[in-house]
Amino acid sequence: MAEMTGPAGQSSAPESVSHEMGMHTEQLRGQSKQVFYDIDPGDTHTGFSLPNADDVDFNKRAEIDANDMSPNAVNLRIRALMRDGYGTIVIKNPGAKHSMAVGILNRLNLIVDGSLGYFGLGLIDGPNVRIAGRVGWSCAENMMSGTILIEKNAGSQFGAAIRGGDLVCRGNVGSRTGIDMKGGTIIVGGDTGAFTGFMMQRGRMVICGNAGKNLGDSMYDGTIYIAGEPASLGVDAVWSEMTDLDRHWLERKLRMYDMVPKDGVGGFRKIAAGKQLWNYDNLEPTEKKLVL
Amino acid sequence: MCGIAGLIHRDGASAVGKEMTAMLQSLRHRGPDSTGFAIYGPSTAGEYVMRLKLAEHEDLTTDHHIRRKIKERQAEVDSRLAEMGAETLDIAEPTPYAFRYRLRYAGDTRQLASQIEQIEGAEVLSFGSGLELIKDLGDAGQVSTQYGLQSFRGTHGIGHTRMATESDVDIRSAHPYWAYPYNDIAVVHNGQITNYWIMRRVMERLGHRFMSNCDSELLAVYTANNLEQGATLEDSLKASISEIDGVFTYLVATEKELGMAKDSMAAKPMVLYESDDLVALASEEVAIRTLLPREIDTSDPYDEEVRVWQR
Repeated sequence: MAEMTGPAGQSSAPESVSHEMGMHTEQLRGQSKQVFYDIDPGDTHTGFSLPNADDVDFNKRAEIDANDMSPNAVNLRIRALMRDGYGTIVIKNPGAKHSMAVGILNRLNLIVDGSLGYFGLGLIDGPNVRIAGRVGWSCAENMMSGTILIEKNAGSQFGAAIRGGDLVCRGNVGSRTGIDMKGGTIIVGGDTGAFTGFMMQRGRMVICGNAGKNLGDSMYDGTIYIAGEPASLGVDAVWSEMTDLDRHWLERKLRMYDMVPKDGVGGFRKIAAGKQLWNYDNLEPTEKKLVL
Repeated sequence: MCGIAGLIHRDGASAVGKEMTAMLQSLRHRGPDSTGFAIYGPSTAGEYVMRLKLAEHEDLTTDHHIRRKIKERQAEVDSRLAEMGAETLDIAEPTPYAFRYRLRYAGDTRQLASQIEQIEGAEVLSFGSGLELIKDLGDAGQVSTQYGLQSFRGTHGIGHTRMATESDVDIRSAHPYWAYPYNDIAVVHNGQITNYWIMRRVMERLGHRFMSNCDSELLAVYTANNLEQGATLEDSLKASISEIDGVFTYLVATEKELGMAKDSMAAKPMVLYESDDLVALASEEVAIRTLLPREIDTSDPYDEEVRVWQR
């Protein structure tokens, strides 16, 4: 299974299975193109799982008290618990330490009962994470899939180079949010700093507050929705027309995290790449192989 | 990389020496080469604290005659102080090369500092009525123990852990920098200043002195120059955003204030905790957690942000 086929827009039975399983992606080339995976109906898989991923039970719950532990020790403990089948892990007393909960390539419910320092949750693929506090710089760098919900603020380079998943911060975030973003969704409940969306290549960003200067600077592709005001737009970022599809997507996405504004999503505006600087092929490496 | 930290108590004096030591020790991984403190205690009218060094740390191992030279230099310091009419109330010698003089003096402190710095090997590290500026090689714990900072009580302070990148590992290039010749003003900086030589030449033409080739010293001299022209601390911090090129976040402390400025690229980190009785800032939240070991609300100041707090 999982070999991608077909141009956008074709409709078939495997396509609907692919859709139901969430195994489709979008190629953002100024118009949405759905790309579906070819699902083998005889396949015994019941869901997407990574090779060598641990089979965890979400009802098995464990706690890690990080107070006297190094970040490395915490990360190793998370791995050990997943190997033992624990699907829900709570990190107590994280103390804003750096590089915690990184490299998790597994389904997992992770609850951080406090704040993380720099480089938290980097290189993750699959877990659903909830953070009661804030996160420092470079949270979720290179995230591939899963969800992260942060209750307070976040530092700069939030979601740098993410390729998938939902990265959500209810508070304000620092500068260069979503720099080099290659997919997925970033949602900011408050304000975001300068150079947000810098060199963004695909994916969607939702800013419920204001943005600093140079929003979307040198973006190649992707979409930024903003409810407030940017201090300025960056080079090659242009205002674009909101469609009903945009509004429906926004409402659905924000509702998932209970972040729909009181007056709805009607106040959001859309920013896209002007493509004056465009010299960019947004195919994934695997897609390129198919083309070649 | 470097780490910077600062705090100001708005509800009276606290164990600032111990607090700054803990904050800077937690930032040791950002810069293990040297550590510096500028902490502010109570002041007495007409009395000053002068911190000076009469040699570099490395001179102890490279110059066979350095101890004799330091004695001679100190005798010259004493002589010049007496000539200038300064009454020496006490002298402390926390290291063989660094000294703390408590003085009673009614004259021009700039002239006094200038006279002392004409002595070979002498550098006035700070002059003020409340400021104690200490910097040396090693981490915060080592420097704090060496200079007896753990028991120091005061209202505010700033500090720095240095990873030497563009100048030597010595006390001369360590932070904080005193904003010569202004009493009680000190600066710590994290970043790189790219128009350093241009701005340095401008400052030198205006008559300011530089004691090192460290780009961070420019911020202290620049601040001093602005204050000399009548600017407030906030004015000076705001002006620096457009006049200083590069990536930087820096803190300035005066006798009663603590200020911060962040460059237009917001490329250097700063985490801020603010409450009615305490403001604490640091390159990383782990430093603030040494003061408040519980869940707290913090934020990152944005690009071009300037803040000033009074004690």
